[in-house]
This record gives sequence, C-alpha cells and structure tokens, in this order.
Amino acid sequence: MTLRLDVIWKEWLQFALGLGNTVWLCAVSMLLSLLLGVLFVVPLMSRRRAVRAVARTAVDSGRCIPFLLLTYLVYYALPSLGLSLDKWTAALITLVIYNTAYMAEILRSAWVHLPPGQTEAGRAFGYTGIRLFRRIILPQVLIAVGPVVGNQLIQLIKDSAFLSIITLPELTYAANSVQSFYFVPFESFLVATLLYWGLCGGVEYLVQRGERLAAMVRRGHGH
Amino acid sequence: MATDPVPAVELRGLVKQFGGHEVLVSIDLAVMPGETVCIVGPSGSGKSTLLRCINWLERPDRGSVFLHGVRVGYRRSDGGNVLMSDPELAMLRTRVGMVFQHFNLWPHMTALGNVIESPIHVLGRPRGEAVAEGERLLEKVGLADKRDVYPAFLSGGQMQRVAIARALAMRPEVLLFDEATSALDPELVGEVLAVMKDLAREGRTMIVVTHEMKFAREAASRVVFLDNGRIVEIAPAEVFFEKPASERARQFLERYR
Repeated sequence: MTLRLDVIWKEWLQFALGLGNTVWLCAVSMLLSLLLGVLFVVPLMSRRRAVRAVARTAVDSGRCIPFLLLTYLVYYALPSLGLSLDKWTAALITLVIYNTAYMAEILRSAWVHLPPGQTEAGRAFGYTGIRLFRRIILPQVLIAVGPVVGNQLIQLIKDSAFLSIITLPELTYAANSVQSFYFVPFESFLVATLLYWGLCGGVEYLVQRGERLAAMVRRGHGH
Repeated sequence: MATDPVPAVELRGLVKQFGGHEVLVSIDLAVMPGETVCIVGPSGSGKSTLLRCINWLERPDRGSVFLHGVRVGYRRSDGGNVLMSDPELAMLRTRVGMVFQHFNLWPHMTALGNVIESPIHVLGRPRGEAVAEGERLLEKVGLADKRDVYPAFLSGGQMQRVAIARALAMRPEVLLFDEATSALDPELVGEVLAVMKDLAREGRTMIVVTHEMKFAREAASRVVFLDNGRIVEIAPAEVFFEKPASERARQFLERYR
C-alpha cells in the first residue's frame, strides 16, 4: 500500500482550519469555564447547606451527562423548546457547560486541600468574605489546579471531536470529509491523530511548567 | 512602662470547650501596654487556644475579651450585646498582629508582597507608603535583600522573620506569637528569637506562647503558667524561674534544666 500523502498535502487548508477551530473553541471554552468555575466554586463551598446542595446538583448534572448527549440536547433538542442555535454557538455552549462542571469540581477539590494556615492568617489579618477569597484563597487554588486544568484541557480537546456530529468543521470533521471525498481514511485519520498528539503535547508541556509553579507554592506553605 | 490604666488585652472568665472537653477553664488575665507576657506550660495545656481566643480565631464559649477596653466579638446595641458581623470582627482583628508556628506566609506573594498585602487591601493605605514601610520592616528583621523572593526560596527562619515583619506592618496594638520557633530547625531558632527580643525591648505589647524558657526568662516581664486549661501561676519572669510558687510549675521547669 502506498500512502496518498499528496492528497493530504493538497487539502492542507482543511486540516489547518479544522485544527484552528479545535484550538480556538477549546481555548475560549476553557477560559470561560474557568471563569464560571470560579463563580460556581463559591456556592459549592458555602457555609449554608441549602446553597451547597443547589450548587452541587448543578455541577453533578453537568458532569454526569455524556458529552455527545449534551451536544445533541443543545443542538437538536433545544429548538423544540423554541431555542435554535447555530452550530458554533451550540458547540461553544456545550463545551462550556460540560467543562464548567469539571472546573468547579477541580477548583473545589484544590480549595479543600489547601493547608488551612494561609486562610487562617488571612482571617487574622482582617480578611473576610469575598476579599479573603479573591486575595488569599483563589490565587493559591488557581496555581494548585494548573496541572489538573491542563489534563482537563486535553480531555476537552478530545471530547471536542464529537462536535463533528453537528457538522462543526473542527479537526475530526475535516479529517472525515477529506477521507470520504478521496477515499483515504488511513492517511486522513493518521494526520488528524498526529495533529491531536501535537496539540496535546503542547498542553502537556504547559502542564509541566504549571507543575513546577505549583510545587513552588507547596514549598512556600512552610511544612 | 507607660502607666496606661487600661490593659492592652484583658480576658475575663474565658472558657473554651472542644467536644465537651474544657480546654480553657475560666481564664482571667490582663496584659498592660508595653508588657511582654510569655505563656508557658505542658503541651495540650491550652496555650495556643488561649492566644487564638484573643483575636477570636477561636470563638470563646463564655467570658469576654477586651482590646484596650473594647470588647471583641460583641458590640453594644440597644442595651444588649449583639454578635459582631464578620467585617466588624475582621476590622478588630487588624489591631492584633499574629505570628504562627508554621509561618503561614502567602506563598503566591513575595516577601515584600506578604508584608504590604494587608496594609493596602485591608487597611487601605496608599501603596507607596506601604512599600516604604514594608522595606523598612524587612530591613529591621534583616531581610532587605529578600524583598522580591517568594517564600518557597526562604529558610524557615527567614519565613518566620518575614511573618513578623508582616505582623508589624499592620501597626498592631498587640503582637501574638504562637510557638513561633517550634517548627524551626534548632540552628534557625536564634535568629527569630533575636528579632522577638528586640521587639520586647522596644516596648511592644507582646503575648508569646513558647517552649523557649531561656527566651521567656530574658524577655518576659511576666510569665503565665498554664496547666490543664487553668492559669496556675502568674509571676514576674525572675520570680517564676527562681522560685515558682506551685508544685506543678516546679515539675514543669525541672524538665528544662
């Protein structure tokens, strides 16, 4: 068998656009999810049990639905409720909902595992409420979650392949359309796989940098 | 010593329980401005809890705490006492500086960042002023050259000295030291005690929970001996170490000879 790489080369633009779409969709939804996760983690850690329960239910609902099914729900089911979204909006919303649930849980876990001393020092120095969260707790949490967020981003990049089901031209969709047009499934999917590997490799590199920062902060906790 | 008739810190009938066990049993103590009071006693005698009740990091179950005559935790309202809101309590806490056993520096800030953080963000001081004072305080604890270094790259002794500078930056009325040298390697204890001795000599009001008897003997104006949640003895340092009144204190001191 001879590899028809000439075909891939001829369609490089499709792959490039697909990769570009995968990258920006994942990057934007990651940032939005992190932001929303920060908003969600506050009620998740509330002293009030009822507030906690509501936030917990919301987060678990997002986490415990298959990504593909969520995509179907947002794109195909919402129109029956009178809410029609174009595929880009639907894709972004799906990624954000799904990922926010994970982010909130990741942030909560990191918060719970912070050593209590720094927060207590914050209280002793006059911090309370939002200011305590913003100045003392959140920065430590964000540094601590760096590597985990990176791993979640890798997960997200892979999950985003499901978006091809709503014909969103991301990387997997591009690979699929090239292979079905030229009948080159091996070459096309191989190239897509390599591109995913490269992308995740880049994230993995950032994860390792983040791990160093997190380790520094752990040393700084003084134990 | 300035003869201010109002104690800097006064505890009246302080009781603290953990799970039905009385950790502090009716503590009465008055610390005058300028005094250095060392609290000593066996492990588990309630020393740290007592300290943490002063700024209400632990909420006492009964009794009252006064800072220069102002009651901590409650305010008067229509003839009754109402529990303070979190922000009210927080503002009162800024008047008390605290140094912890494990330093508890904020690891995401440099040494200077730790020192200027609360003056700027809690007290609302202008940044320039806070930085100038922060640099002066780091110099005072001998760490001017560590200004931009993160806690992870400081030794335990250096971290604790930054923590002392951080407490001083609040210009507190009282400084609380909670076993400030217990977590340090023996060779690093001296540098921290030296700073604390300087502060005592300057006439700062200090309440120091410690196992360093030599420090207590040299720096304390009075020593409080705590055992099983009770104050067994309060005496001037030289009296406590030369002629302790109680048998318990004698037994305790025996172990440090």
